[in-house]
Amino acid sequence: MKYHTPYSFEEAAKIAAQASGTTRFLAGGTDVLVQMRAGIVLPEELIDLKKIPGVFDMIRNEDGRWRIGAAVPGAKLGANDALVADWPGVVEGMELVGSTQVQGRATLTGNLCNGSPAADGVPALVAAGASVDITGPNGTRTIAVEDIPAGPGKTTLTKGEVISAINLPARGNNGGDAYLRFIPRTEMDIAVVGCAVNLTLDGDVIVAAKVALGAVAPTVIVADEAAKAILGTTLDDAALDKLAAAASAAANPISDKRGSREFRIEVAGVLARRAAKIAYARAKGE
Amino acid sequence: MSNIHVTTTINGDKVEFLADPRETLLDCLRDKVGLTGSKEGCGTGDCGACSVTVDGTLVCSCLVLGVEAEGKDIRTIEGMAEGGTLHPLQRKFIEHAALQCGFCTPGLLVASKALLDKNPSPTEEEVRYWIAGNLCRCTGYDKIVRAIMDAAAELRGEAA
Amino acid sequence: MAKDEYREFRLVGTRPDRPDGLDKVTGRARYGADMTAPGMLWGAVVRSPHAHARIVKIDATKALALDGVKSVVTRADFPEGLTGEDWNLQENTIAGERALYDGHAVAAVAATSRFLAEEAARLIEVEYEVLPHVIDVDEAMKPNAPVIREGVSDATVPEGMSPNVVRKIEFGNGDVDAAFAAADLVMEKSFKTEATHQGYIEPHACVGQMGADGKGEMWVCTQGQWYIRKMCSAVLGTEASQLRVTPSEIGGGFGGKTTIFMEPLALALSRKAGGKPVKIVMSRSEVLRATGPTASASMDVKLGMKKDGTLSGVKVEFRMQGGAFPGAPTEFALYCGLAPYTFGAVEAVGYDVIANRPRCAAYRAPGAPMGSFAVESLLDEMCIELGLDALDVRFKNAVVTGDRAAYGPKFGSIGFVETLEAVKNHPNLLAELGPNQGRGIAAGYWFNHNGETSVSMAISEDGTVQVSVGTPDIGGSRASIALMVAETLGIAYEDVRVNIAETGSLGVNEPTHGSRATFASGKAAVLATEAAIKEMCKRAANEWGIEPEAVEWKDGAARPAGPNAGQFPPMTIKEIGAAMGSTGGPISGHHESLPDGVGASFGAHVVDVEVDPETGRTTILRYLVVQDAGRAIHPSYVEGQYQGGAAQGIGWALNEEYVYDDKGRLQNSVFLDYRVPLASDLPMIDTVIVEVPNPGHPYGVRGVGETGITPPLPALANAVRAATGVRMTHLPMSPSKVLAALKAR
Repeated sequence: MKYHTPYSFEEAAKIAAQASGTTRFLAGGTDVLVQMRAGIVLPEELIDLKKIPGVFDMIRNEDGRWRIGAAVPGAKLGANDALVADWPGVVEGMELVGSTQVQGRATLTGNLCNGSPAADGVPALVAAGASVDITGPNGTRTIAVEDIPAGPGKTTLTKGEVISAINLPARGNNGGDAYLRFIPRTEMDIAVVGCAVNLTLDGDVIVAAKVALGAVAPTVIVADEAAKAILGTTLDDAALDKLAAAASAAANPISDKRGSREFRIEVAGVLARRAAKIAYARAKGE
Repeated sequence: MSNIHVTTTINGDKVEFLADPRETLLDCLRDKVGLTGSKEGCGTGDCGACSVTVDGTLVCSCLVLGVEAEGKDIRTIEGMAEGGTLHPLQRKFIEHAALQCGFCTPGLLVASKALLDKNPSPTEEEVRYWIAGNLCRCTGYDKIVRAIMDAAAELRGEAA
Repeated sequence: MAKDEYREFRLVGTRPDRPDGLDKVTGRARYGADMTAPGMLWGAVVRSPHAHARIVKIDATKALALDGVKSVVTRADFPEGLTGEDWNLQENTIAGERALYDGHAVAAVAATSRFLAEEAARLIEVEYEVLPHVIDVDEAMKPNAPVIREGVSDATVPEGMSPNVVRKIEFGNGDVDAAFAAADLVMEKSFKTEATHQGYIEPHACVGQMGADGKGEMWVCTQGQWYIRKMCSAVLGTEASQLRVTPSEIGGGFGGKTTIFMEPLALALSRKAGGKPVKIVMSRSEVLRATGPTASASMDVKLGMKKDGTLSGVKVEFRMQGGAFPGAPTEFALYCGLAPYTFGAVEAVGYDVIANRPRCAAYRAPGAPMGSFAVESLLDEMCIELGLDALDVRFKNAVVTGDRAAYGPKFGSIGFVETLEAVKNHPNLLAELGPNQGRGIAAGYWFNHNGETSVSMAISEDGTVQVSVGTPDIGGSRASIALMVAETLGIAYEDVRVNIAETGSLGVNEPTHGSRATFASGKAAVLATEAAIKEMCKRAANEWGIEPEAVEWKDGAARPAGPNAGQFPPMTIKEIGAAMGSTGGPISGHHESLPDGVGASFGAHVVDVEVDPETGRTTILRYLVVQDAGRAIHPSYVEGQYQGGAAQGIGWALNEEYVYDDKGRLQNSVFLDYRVPLASDLPMIDTVIVEVPNPGHPYGVRGVGETGITPPLPALANAVRAATGVRMTHLPMSPSKVLAALKAR
């Protein structure tokens, strides 16, 4: 295995594009090193992105948009009060990944690129309308986060492409987001179901909403019907019932070691209801 | 598979070693530097027995490559006592019988020191969630949590 | 300071720092993987990816062609003709004709680095012919089930049963049908528990070295260095006394480190590599796939009860699979499940069944948690049905000293009623419960064990004392043994050093298992100390010119036994030690025996839970362990055993289980998915140490390690029942299962 430490994303993309064998990018390493140790992935080229200027930056633009560098670890997200104020759901999603120790290394970008349908960092990004900046051998492009996952362990990134940063839109006024996941223990588990809700209010009425579900399909899914169920409402009980039903209806999970299909469908609705209440309270400034 | 020369600082001492780029920091600490206090319980970041700090950040050394240690400041269990004086956490772990087999103990001590460095007055719940990534199979955590809370009180200058 | 009716203690019952504490908080203590040896090679093991497969061919050509690969071993490198348990050990160490479970070792390789060994292992080509497999115990017993191995069954198994049924256990007394006919309520239910793993945090690790002459050395994390010696020698066809085994510090065992796994492979690789030492360290995945988890169980229980709560009869059939070899602890499940009560009539049947899983090893009170889960759950259900208090019913039927156990023998001195009294008086029982919350109570039992024991002790020239025991210190036994020796001698705790001996320096010892270290090594250490005291008294008598019988030992010194013995100032251990070179030479004591006087330990747990009705997740609100220790030598480490046992039982009850796919492959071989309890999952675990001294031990010790894992399974099931109205009969009570049960309510 060759270990590379490029100083620009262009250089990183070039190394990856020219590689003949298995290639991995390294930021936090909390997935890559596990796969290497288990012999699941034995890369010939390992490209460490952490020497590239700006990869640890978290920048809030004047218009309120955020740009989060590819190597920013979870612990730094939670320590950024302005980010927590704008996008608490995004931060709490990432902070659920692994232990305190893992939070010292694991990154949002890595969580996305690992391609797990159960990635805790991803649903809130999708609900927030986040995008990623990609550098490839043919230049750069920006696409929505939900267009990255392509199935378990797979992404739509092509050979040589590397994500340089994640962009979050401006929070704006009267907005709130939240992420909840279900795990059997209190920590250290992979989500059996995850649900993010992002909404904006006009007075008490929800005027914009996006609901994303994790671990209930091969990729994170956007549950449009669930969002519609609460649009124009004050999140009354009837709206919550419709939301839960729509979230459950959107879920199309498998049964596996972590939970049955029936359980996941049921709990998708439960989490949607609970996450929506938190997001609503946050939007109200409560 | 050519090895890479790594220069780093471990517990305040300048250390050099040759790392196979596939080797984790834990492998290098144990097999190259001879610091076997950090333990491997899982190799997947799920047990915390290999906890160390890198530039002040608590990490699992099994999830860091040895070559990434270049130019960093690494702290391990072997650097926790100052000379012959135990850190209050180490002393409280012994006093409270917070260890049985002792295998998870180095990782728990490094992790709980990182907590107290950041938060001198953690609640019991904060302690429990901070060390959720440090598995202990012997104690049921009761005496560990008490030892950490007691050490925190002592470090704050409160009488035990 | 502890006290009983006739003695007060100076040290027993105090809580000094453990002697090995400093090493263990500074990272200095050396565990299995912390050893290196000059010229050392690294070993890696090739394991079957199939649950059941014929091994057609093993080709190591490519592996051996790599620079730095020094040896490869397969079954062909081990002697033929072993029988019985020796054959089982060898077959489990390395597969012969067939791989019998996912993870079964089929070959091993040694090379100059860990990466090279792993690469070489990947290059060893094994051709398999996949065979039908069976995982579940009830499936394995069906007449048409795939047969793991013919001819394993012993004479107890009736004709016509599947060859996978290898042993039948039967006992009973009285007329059960008549007892049921006379009962006011008869209920029966079936229960299942899934396999779990001890989950010690330290993976198995060893450095083994053996020459062509069969002489060898091994450094290994184990509960029993003599077991390692005996078993490795049997598997390799070498002589036990030619192998010297040194136990490392041990990072948890819980029974799982009382046997061999990869240790003979390290020795075989070394022997074939010209005697270079070989280190093998298991990965976590190897530990979960290929060491010794528990049996899984399927159990039917039928109980008869009078309106006042008196039990009139019990009928049980337990079926347990213990992996691909005989040895499921079915009889222990039956004995321990039935031990706490007098039932009137008893009819008990058990089956030991083989299946395509790793061979089960001991795990803390092996079998007892399953048996208690079944019996204590049904007992609870009947109390609810009859409107009786669960604690009252347990009092009513509790066994007392002299009662005959359901499985036959009479109980010696026991403290079950005293344990229940302590439960009754505990404030946790007064805590108020809210919606979706419930309280569960259950009892548990473990026999405790003596085992082959050798201990030696010696007086040093400065009057301090060294003690060598053969039971590795897993949870503070150095401290408890030092306390007892110091108490006996009347010297300071700090003046006693307890060493864990390697096999070359002491007679045979069984492992630290069966809750025996503080009982057996402790008793032997006290007896060895008394021998040394006798010699020291003799030295004093010689000096004073009086008869040895006229000298007594008290508070660290020899003294004239009374006014008639003469007037002499006390001769301290320090003086005797300093002079011994000129008074007759070294003074030591030793003791070898199967120490008699084992005292059983009962416990009872009370747990309050809250169940989320929308997700089925159980949260533990408070937890109480009450158990009879006999006497707590070092109470902190007794509490630690109670708390640790409870935590493991909680894991078993709620989330831990072996999950297999339809090909018989283990699906959760990492700690991410094998869900042991975390610090954030548990509350503080309250403990009450009941002390009904064991008359068979000089300080009243019973042994406390194992009972504590038994009550949590039924206590939690009973608490979930109280919180939700739903009786969970299949562990673990994972959220998926609980929610499904709630929906079906």
